Amino acid sequence: MELKTPEQELSGFRNRIAVAAIFVLVCFGLIVARFVYLQVVRYDYFATRAEDNRISLLPVVPNRGLILDRNGVVLARNYSAYTLEITPQKVGDLEGTIDELAGIIDIQLKDRRRFRKLLDESKNFESLPIRTRLSDEEVARFIAQRYRFPGVDIKARLFRQYPQGELASHALGYISRINRKEAEAIEQNEEMAENYRGTEHIGKTGLEQHYEEELHGVTGFEQVEVDASGRAVRSLSRTPPVPGNNLILTLDAELQRIVEQAFGERRGALVAIEPGTGGILALVSKPTYDPNLFVDGIDTQNWNALNNSPDKPLLHRAIYSAYPPGSTFKPFMALAALRTGKRTPTQAIHDSGLFPFGNHVFRDDKVGGHGMVDMVKSIVVSCDTYYYILANEMGIDMISEQIGEFGFGSLTGIDIQGEARGVLPSQAWKKARFKKPEQQKWYAGETISIGIGQGYNNYTTLQIAHATATLAANGVMFKPHLVKYVEDVRNGKRRMIEPTPVKTIDLKPEDVEVIKRAMVEVNKWGTGTRAFAGAEYVTAGKTGTSQVYSLKGAKYVESEVAKHLRDHALYVAFAPAEAPKIALAVLVENGGFGAQAAAPIARQVLDYYLTGKRPAGAAQPDPDGSD
Amino acid sequence: MTDPFVLVRRGWQRFTAPIDGILMAILAALLIGAYVAMMSASPERLPAHNINLAIGLAVMWVVANVPPQRMQMFALPLYIIGVLLLVAVELFGEISKGAQRWLDLGFIRMQPSEIMKIAMPLMLAWYFQKREGALKFRDFLVATALLAAPVGLIAAQPDLGTSLLVTAAGIFVIYFGGLSWKLIAPVMLLGVALIAGIVAYEKQICADGVEWPGLREYQKHRVCMLLDPSSDPRGKGFHTIQSTIAVGSGGIIGKGWQQGTQTHLDFLPERHTDFILAVLSEEFGLLGVIVLLVLYCLLIGRGLMIALTASSLFSRLLAGALTMNFFTYAFVNMGMVSGVLPVVGVPLPLVSYGGTALVTLCLGMGILMSVQRHRKRVS
Repeated sequence: MELKTPEQELSGFRNRIAVAAIFVLVCFGLIVARFVYLQVVRYDYFATRAEDNRISLLPVVPNRGLILDRNGVVLARNYSAYTLEITPQKVGDLEGTIDELAGIIDIQLKDRRRFRKLLDESKNFESLPIRTRLSDEEVARFIAQRYRFPGVDIKARLFRQYPQGELASHALGYISRINRKEAEAIEQNEEMAENYRGTEHIGKTGLEQHYEEELHGVTGFEQVEVDASGRAVRSLSRTPPVPGNNLILTLDAELQRIVEQAFGERRGALVAIEPGTGGILALVSKPTYDPNLFVDGIDTQNWNALNNSPDKPLLHRAIYSAYPPGSTFKPFMALAALRTGKRTPTQAIHDSGLFPFGNHVFRDDKVGGHGMVDMVKSIVVSCDTYYYILANEMGIDMISEQIGEFGFGSLTGIDIQGEARGVLPSQAWKKARFKKPEQQKWYAGETISIGIGQGYNNYTTLQIAHATATLAANGVMFKPHLVKYVEDVRNGKRRMIEPTPVKTIDLKPEDVEVIKRAMVEVNKWGTGTRAFAGAEYVTAGKTGTSQVYSLKGAKYVESEVAKHLRDHALYVAFAPAEAPKIALAVLVENGGFGAQAAAPIARQVLDYYLTGKRPAGAAQPDPDGSD
Repeated sequence: MTDPFVLVRRGWQRFTAPIDGILMAILAALLIGAYVAMMSASPERLPAHNINLAIGLAVMWVVANVPPQRMQMFALPLYIIGVLLLVAVELFGEISKGAQRWLDLGFIRMQPSEIMKIAMPLMLAWYFQKREGALKFRDFLVATALLAAPVGLIAAQPDLGTSLLVTAAGIFVIYFGGLSWKLIAPVMLLGVALIAGIVAYEKQICADGVEWPGLREYQKHRVCMLLDPSSDPRGKGFHTIQSTIAVGSGGIIGKGWQQGTQTHLDFLPERHTDFILAVLSEEFGLLGVIVLLVLYCLLIGRGLMIALTASSLFSRLLAGALTMNFFTYAFVNMGMVSGVLPVVGVPLPLVSYGGTALVTLCLGMGILMSVQRHRKRVS
C-alpha cells in the first residue's frame, strides 16, 4: 500500500463518508419499505390478527334443568362451587406443579388419581380439575400465589347434585365429564358442537341421558377483550344463555323410597305404572348406587367397588335384565285361551300332579295335583298342569302371537335408553337364534314349559309391568314414560308429555272380567292371601317363581340350593281391581317363592299409593307361601 | 463590579459551550419521542427513566468537555481493562438466563461488554492515529486482531447482539481508516451469499440436531425462528409474530397514543426495551416510524458532518465510527421489530428503556460534541 498525503487521505475519507451516507439511506430505505409493506400493504391482515388476539368469544354455559318428582321433590339440582383447574398444555412440569399446589391447597392421592384419569380421557387444550369444592379460604390462598402457577386457575362452576342420594339412581342416571368419544360425536354435529362449547358434562345414563337436549339449554356467548395470558379484561357484548328445561316426573319419590326400603339388602326390580296413562310411578332397581360419585369423575377405588361387586349395583335391572316370568305369565295365557277359543271359563281339567309328554313327565308344584281345575282356579292356585295342557294345545306360534300382543318381547319405548327386548319364543325366533339345523328346530316338548312362563321365556320387569298395566286398562296400551311435564324455567310454562296410546288390544269385556276376577281371588283365597290380608282395597294379583336352575325333575328344596341359584320371586298386581290406578311388577332375585318374597313388597306399594299408609317396619316375608 | 445578569449569561455560555446545538436539538426530539412512547408502554418506569436520562446527559456534558487529544490517552488503558474484564467474566461471571454476561465487582454489577462499545472504536482510532501517514496492509491485520479478540470473548458469553455492535463499530473504524475496496467488496459479497444461503436452505440447517459452528443452540433457534416464526408460535417465535402484528395493525396513522391493543393487553413482549418501536408503530403508525427515521437520518448526517470537519485522523475515525454505531443500533433494532432480522437483543438507540445503553449512547454523543468543538477551523 502506497503512502498517501494527508490531502489524499482526507479526500478518500470524504468519499468513504459519502458511501457510508448512501449505505445508511439505502438501509433505511429498506426499513421503510418493510414498514410500508407491514403497515399499508398487509394492514388488513394484521389488523384482523390484532383483533383476533384481543377479542375472544367465551361460551356462557346454561344452567342444567332440574329434575323433580310428581310432587315437586327435587331429585337433581345444581350448586355452584370453586374448582382448581390445570390446563396441562400450558404447564411444563405437571407433577412438579401439582406438588407445589399441594403445598398451599389440600390435594389428596384420590384427587391426583382422578386427575390422571381425566388427563387420559381429555380433549386438547381443556382445563381439568385437580380439586373441586374449594373452601373460601383455599380460594384466597391460591389467589395470593397465583403468579407462581401459570396455566392453573380457579373457576366457578355449577355442579350437579342428586340430593336424594341413592334414591331412584337408575331412573335418573347421572351426568359426568364428556369423554373423548362423546366429544367426537358432538363435533360431528355442527349445531351441537356450537352449543356444547364450554359444556363439560353430559348425561350418561337414565333420564339425564335421554333428556339431555331438554336439560342442557342453549349456550350463550360473551365477547370479551382478553390479554395475552387469556384472562378477560372487559366484556364487550353478551348473548345470555337459555337455561335448560326442568323435568317433572310421573315418578313418586316417596313411593320409590318405600319400595327401595322394602327391598332392603335384596336384589331385584319393581316397576309401577299408572294404567290409564303409562306414567311410571316407581322404577326400582336394587341395589342402587350414589350417582353423586360420578359427577366430578369417579375415583378408581369407588369405581372398582361398584363395577366389581357381584351384586352389580350399576345394572339397571328393571329394564336391562330379562327373566322368565314364571306363573305371572298364566293370566296372559288364560286370556289367550279365551280369545282363541281354546278354553271357556268353566271348562275344567283334572290335575293329577303329573303331565307326561313323550318320554318326559312335567310335574305340578303340588304333589298329587289340584284335582278338578277350571280357569279361575288355575290362576288362583297357580295350577301348572292346566297350562301344560293348554300350551300343548295352542302350540308355540299361537302362544307367541297372543302373548306378543301385550308387548312381551318388544321394546316398550320407555324414555330411558337401551332397554332389553327379552325373548318371546317362537319357531321363527329359534331359527334365527341358533345356527345348527338341529338346534333351529322347535320341539313340541319345549312348548309345555312355555305355558307356565319358563323355558325360553325371558322378559324385563318393565315388560311384565307394562303388560299388567295394559290388562288392567282392559287392553288399552300406553307407552310407559317417566316424564310428565317439561317446564320452561324462564316463564314457568309447562309442556305436558301427553300419554301416548300405543294400541288397543281387541279384548272381549267378559274375557277380561274372568281374568281380573281370578286375579282378585288370588289375594282372597289363593297364593296372595297372606300378603294381602286386611287390605282396605280390592286388589288383583298373581304370584310367580322364575327358575334360575333346572332341577331336571327333582324336587326344589330352597335350603339345598346355592343362594345365587335360588328361584327369582315375582308378583304382578293392579288395584283397585274395579278401576285400577296402579299396576306393578316386582321381581326379587333369588328370593324364592313369589308369594313369600315379592307379594309383601307389592302390598306396601299399594297400601301407600292407595291409602297413604306407610309400612310399620321392614317387610316381613311370609313364611309359608307357595305358588 | 460585574452585572449579575452578565454573570449568569457567562455561566450559561460556559455551560453550553461544549454542546453542539444541532445535535442537541435532534437528541432532544428523540428523547421526547422516547418519553411519549415510554408513557404509553411502561409509565411505572418513568422515574427510573428520568434518572437514566439525567445520568446520560451529565455523562454527555462531561465527555463533551474532554478534548479529543485527552481521549486518545484513555484509548489503550480502557481497551486493556475492557479485555481483562471480559476474561474475568469468562472465568468468574454470573450466569443469568443461560448467558454469562455480568461481573460483580463488589461495588457495582456491570456488563464489561458494554465498555467495549466505546473502547473498541477508541482503540482502533488511536491505533490508526499512531500509524498516520504510514498505514500499511499489516496495520489492518493488527486492527482486525484487536477487534477479533474481545468480539470472540463477547460472542462466547454468549451475547450475539453486543458482539455484533462491537464488530460493527470496529469495522467502521477500519473502513473509514481506508481499507482497500478490493478487500471490502469480497467480504460484503461473502456476507450476502451467506445470508442468501441460510434463507434458501432454512429447512435443512434448522433441522433438529444440526449444530452451527461457533453459535449456541439458542442463537441458532433465533435465526431459525426468524426464517419461520410460525414453527414455534408459543415459544421464541411469539416475539416476532406479536411484534409484526403490532406494527402491521398500526397502519398509516396508528391506533392513537395509549390505544395500542397489542401493547396494552400484554401481547407485545419487551415492550419498553427492545420492542418499543413496535409500540410506536402500533400507536403512531407509519407516520411515526418515518418521523423517527428522519430524526435518525438527521442525527447520522450531523455526525458524519462532524467527522468530515474533525481536526485529526483520530477524531475523524472516532466520530465516523460512533455515528455509524447509531445506525447499526437503529437498523438492527428496526429489522428485529419488523421481523426481518433475528431477535438479538439490540435496543432502539436513545428510545429504548435501559440505563447502560442510554449512558453508552450519550457518551458517544458527548464524544461527537467534543470533536465538533475542537474541529478544524476552516478559514
